[in-house]
Amino acid sequence: MQEEMKMIYLAVPLVCLIPAIVAGLFGRKIGRIGAHTVTILGVGLAFFLSCYVYMDVMDGNTFNGTVYVWGISGGFPFEVGFLIDSLTASMMVIVTFVSWMVHIYTIGYMHDDPGYQRFFSYISLFTFSMLMLVMSNNFLQLFFGWEAVGLVSYLLIGFWYTRDTAIYANLKAFLVNRVGDFGFLIGIAAIYATFGSVDYSAVFASAPSLVDETIEIIPGTSWNMMTFICIMLFIGAMGKSAQVPLHVWLPDSMEGPTPISALIHAATMVTAGIFMVARTSPLFELSETALSVVLVIGALTAFFMALLGLVQNDIKRVVAYSTLSQLGYMTVALGASGYAVAIFHLGTHAFFKALLFLGAGSVIIAMHHEQDMRKMGGLRKLMPWTYATAVIGSLALAGIPPFAGFFSKDLIIESVHASTIPGSGFAYVAVLAGVAITAFYSFRLLFMTFHGKPRMDEHTLHHVKESPWVVVVPLVLLAIPSVLAGFMFMEPMAFSNYFEGVIYVSEEHDVLGAIGSIYEGKTGFSLVMAFMLHGMVALPFWLAVGGILLAWLFYIKKPELPGKVVDSVKPLYNVLVNKYGFDDFNQTVFANGTVKIGKFMSEYGDRRLIDGFFVNGTARVVEAFSRFLKPLQSGLVYQYAFAMILGLLGLMTWFLRVAQG
Amino acid sequence: MIPLSHYLALGAILFSISVVGIFLNRKNVVILLMSIELMLLAVNINFIAFSHYLQDVTGQIFVFFVLTVAAAESAIGLAIIIVLFRRRHTINVSDLDSLKG
Amino acid sequence: MNHILNMQVATPEIFIFSMACLILMIDLYTHDRLPLLSYWLTQATLVAGIYLGLGGMGTEPVTTFNGMFIHDGMSVVVKLAIMLFTLIGLVYSRQYILDRGMYRGEYYVLVLIAVLGMMVMTSASHFLSLYLGLELLSLSLYTLVAINRDSDTAVEAAMKYFVLGAVASGMLLYGMSLMYGVTGSLDIKTISAAIQGMQSDDVMLMLGLIFIVVGLGFKLGVVPFHMWIPDIYQGAPTSVVLFIATAPKLAAFAMVIRLLVDGFQSIAVNWSDMLVILAVLSMALGNIVAIAQANFKRMLAYSAISHMGYFLLGIISANPNGYSASLFYMIIYAFTGLAAFGLILLMSRSGFEAENISDYRGLNREHPWYAFMIALVMFSMAGLPPTVGFYAKLSVIQALVDVNMISLAVIAVLLAVIGAFYYLRIVKTMYFDAPEAERTITTGLDARVLVSLNAVMLLAVMPWIGTIMDLCMSAIQSMG
Repeated sequence: MQEEMKMIYLAVPLVCLIPAIVAGLFGRKIGRIGAHTVTILGVGLAFFLSCYVYMDVMDGNTFNGTVYVWGISGGFPFEVGFLIDSLTASMMVIVTFVSWMVHIYTIGYMHDDPGYQRFFSYISLFTFSMLMLVMSNNFLQLFFGWEAVGLVSYLLIGFWYTRDTAIYANLKAFLVNRVGDFGFLIGIAAIYATFGSVDYSAVFASAPSLVDETIEIIPGTSWNMMTFICIMLFIGAMGKSAQVPLHVWLPDSMEGPTPISALIHAATMVTAGIFMVARTSPLFELSETALSVVLVIGALTAFFMALLGLVQNDIKRVVAYSTLSQLGYMTVALGASGYAVAIFHLGTHAFFKALLFLGAGSVIIAMHHEQDMRKMGGLRKLMPWTYATAVIGSLALAGIPPFAGFFSKDLIIESVHASTIPGSGFAYVAVLAGVAITAFYSFRLLFMTFHGKPRMDEHTLHHVKESPWVVVVPLVLLAIPSVLAGFMFMEPMAFSNYFEGVIYVSEEHDVLGAIGSIYEGKTGFSLVMAFMLHGMVALPFWLAVGGILLAWLFYIKKPELPGKVVDSVKPLYNVLVNKYGFDDFNQTVFANGTVKIGKFMSEYGDRRLIDGFFVNGTARVVEAFSRFLKPLQSGLVYQYAFAMILGLLGLMTWFLRVAQG
Repeated sequence: MIPLSHYLALGAILFSISVVGIFLNRKNVVILLMSIELMLLAVNINFIAFSHYLQDVTGQIFVFFVLTVAAAESAIGLAIIIVLFRRRHTINVSDLDSLKG
Repeated sequence: MNHILNMQVATPEIFIFSMACLILMIDLYTHDRLPLLSYWLTQATLVAGIYLGLGGMGTEPVTTFNGMFIHDGMSVVVKLAIMLFTLIGLVYSRQYILDRGMYRGEYYVLVLIAVLGMMVMTSASHFLSLYLGLELLSLSLYTLVAINRDSDTAVEAAMKYFVLGAVASGMLLYGMSLMYGVTGSLDIKTISAAIQGMQSDDVMLMLGLIFIVVGLGFKLGVVPFHMWIPDIYQGAPTSVVLFIATAPKLAAFAMVIRLLVDGFQSIAVNWSDMLVILAVLSMALGNIVAIAQANFKRMLAYSAISHMGYFLLGIISANPNGYSASLFYMIIYAFTGLAAFGLILLMSRSGFEAENISDYRGLNREHPWYAFMIALVMFSMAGLPPTVGFYAKLSVIQALVDVNMISLAVIAVLLAVIGAFYYLRIVKTMYFDAPEAERTITTGLDARVLVSLNAVMLLAVMPWIGTIMDLCMSAIQSMG
């Protein structure tokens, strides 16, 4: 049985990798239909196998072991190993399901694109990489998956590589992620240095005994090793999960095709950082400082990124900023030690955010690749399916019961409320304010796109029609969990022993236990009902409703209001439009500064010193040597024999002398 | 009774003569063959001397094999010399220097 | 178990010997009617030999033929590699041999006899069998080099090879005779036991060791006993060079192990010091002189000299880890050399030898696939990751670091950097220079497919690299 399961674990990523290779290398041979057939079959199979694995894990069968050893260098093993537990299994199901939906959706969305096969190859490759990331049982393979998903992400942001903006966005994503990955790599190195292993189980087992270890980075100052490791790991998570101030790449990544915005830049890859922190909870729990940093960064992201969503007019960018803000919520949950809630929100968010992105994509198809919401409006009747699913997605995002987002978001807010670590007060205010803003911008999007009078030109309006079934079916299939996932999984994920032995929370940080004690004795449906009723009378719900009403007022009732408000707070508005100046700052200081230093180094350091003196100089010396030594091979056999005799005599004199002492 | 060391000295002298013969000779390739033969004979003297001294017969058996191989080696050497002479019309050692550098 | 006469473990040798005799006879009668018969028979013999050899895998070490012949894990692996590489090499060279009128039954019989010699060397546990195996190999190779009787350079190369080879085996024999005098035996095991208690101030012992190291040095082609290599590589027919450059290197490895490790492990300190000098000289001279070469084959000859220096690094560390690293290095080197010369054969055609570096100018434009493969081979030879050549170099250098010979390891790495220059120059020539003349490839499909596979394997075996290393390790550990 163990062996069979091992084969299945191995099969899950491989059935994604093989179609990726086939579609990538033989795309021209197998054609468009061939490419999408193999990849969709592969990912579909991966989804069903993941479900099987999930069931198996729910029956209590977990696995932790090495499946393949590539090599051992200096005692350091390079292995492929799997750790299959409830966290992994949940992630596997989420990743493969969303990926599968996106695969199907892509048939419709990329229909006329010349890079069709390439696209399918990339998204399958992405699914493989993401699975390797979540299934890993050691930090090294985690890093492999981490970089591999990053690679596919860059490939896809720059998918339309003839557009300047895409190339710019691509470069930006790459550079910003380097900053994060640098921290992550240092974190892994520090783990190896401290624990002598990169295996999760070994590291986590010995973590509590090494809690007082310190490190001296700047001589004279000593840091707690756990804090150092956790902050470095979190810097990695900040890059990948786009937390302030490393968030700048995510909005620009919308240059990529919409399906990957849904899959990579909303549902799965960007949550890798959240996953990683939850996975390493036994380390984070040992450092209050690190948790506090996580909490504050998350709160900053959740609030300030939500504000930016208010002023965007590009439909995809609104959703992108909302993703940033929601990632902030998850990070806040991590900081408050509510790892289970973070993963819960990760799951519900994956469904409804993928739904919103794909819905936005559906609108974009209908509008002939117009993304400006000011040129939309009134699409409700023309695109009923898209509209209906978008409403579900928006309600879920805004956190209205009984939609999925309500449960997870409310739990996050409650967790922060219950938390006592430094910064939790600020975080609580930030996430509360975020709720109202979230509700406002998500309904702003809905109203501007689907309600009111059509603002597009006659020609476009004439051609607007509902998208083909390959687009609509994934929307519907994603809408289902966007409604149901909340109350189905709230109790098991947040209030049971679902993550027992996987996620570790220390006694004094146990916020979920505190929340759970309110509902003592209630289980199943009555627990869900109690939670909903409690939520309906709490502040977040009314903030969300207020946000929606305000959006209705601004964009349906009195469409002239937004302009007036903007005029009255012009300076604030400009700050938001300029995205707090992050981009300008990075461009002037980091980009231009680096280019200047680079130019200087290139001219004096590289061209003159290294190339001129070291490289060419050495080459000239060696070549001169070569020409000098060449005539020694004179071609005369007696000289060859003489050389041998000389060698013999040389060895004799040397060693007989040595032997004689 | 001649002591072992005398035989060994003889072997060493023969070996040295053959070595010197190889790198001093710039004329005839056949002399190279003779030197090589001499070298093997020097080795044989060593083997037989030791064999007698150690009262162990394997050394002498080895000599038989060395002699046999030497014969085969000479045959091949002469064959190569013949081919060489056919192509170049010379068997002068100093002329064999088209491959070098 | 020591049987006086256990023929079974020598089945591959006996079979190959019988087939060599048989093919010689058959060819005499069928040469005109069935020209390719001896080629196919030879290949069949090698395949069957490999099959018989595989049967010996994983058995306990056995000594037989009165202690002349030893069968152990190392010998099985090395013999299999020898037969396999010979087989592949013959596929590559068939067309070349046919085009140049060298196709005669003797060619294949000589190859088989040489293979037999190598196998005997590999299994030798006595100076006599070692010497006979060595001469069987050498005499066949002298003849093979001269097989193209109409080539000036080939005949000259054969003459040089013969003279120097004879001198080297004379020195080896002289060393053996001294060892015999010191230890009173010619059996390697007995010798090993006899020198156990001896001191390194024993002049006879040291002299014997020096002469034997010189003999080995010649066979490996390390400086200053390397002089024959460039001339033979350049002068001999490419198909013969292909053979000389691959399988005999493995036999030389076996010879080093049999003599230095099986025989003289207790005076490892002494021989390892000698080898350090030879290794450094080889790496330095090989890599530096290769830069000034215009002939591709001659450049590869110098490259071979430097590679033998790297190969010695593992032996120098004088422990099983190092030996297995060296075996691994040798297998990888021989395999890479197979692809290198295979590609030269592929680019040659009747009346045209693709042996000058300038012949490869702009190859990428006409034959991008072959250019890519040559580039792969060059990368592997230079030891650039992620090709196998990198792992080969890494493992020998690792072996050095393990025994704290850091400075030697640093020298090796620095010289490898210099070496990368001339390999990359070939790549530059193929990709960035303008082509001069039309090139057509006339070699058969089998050779093309096989050489492609061979080159691609340099990259594609990466996931199994650990398995190959383990195989080498277990071969060394299971030595009798």
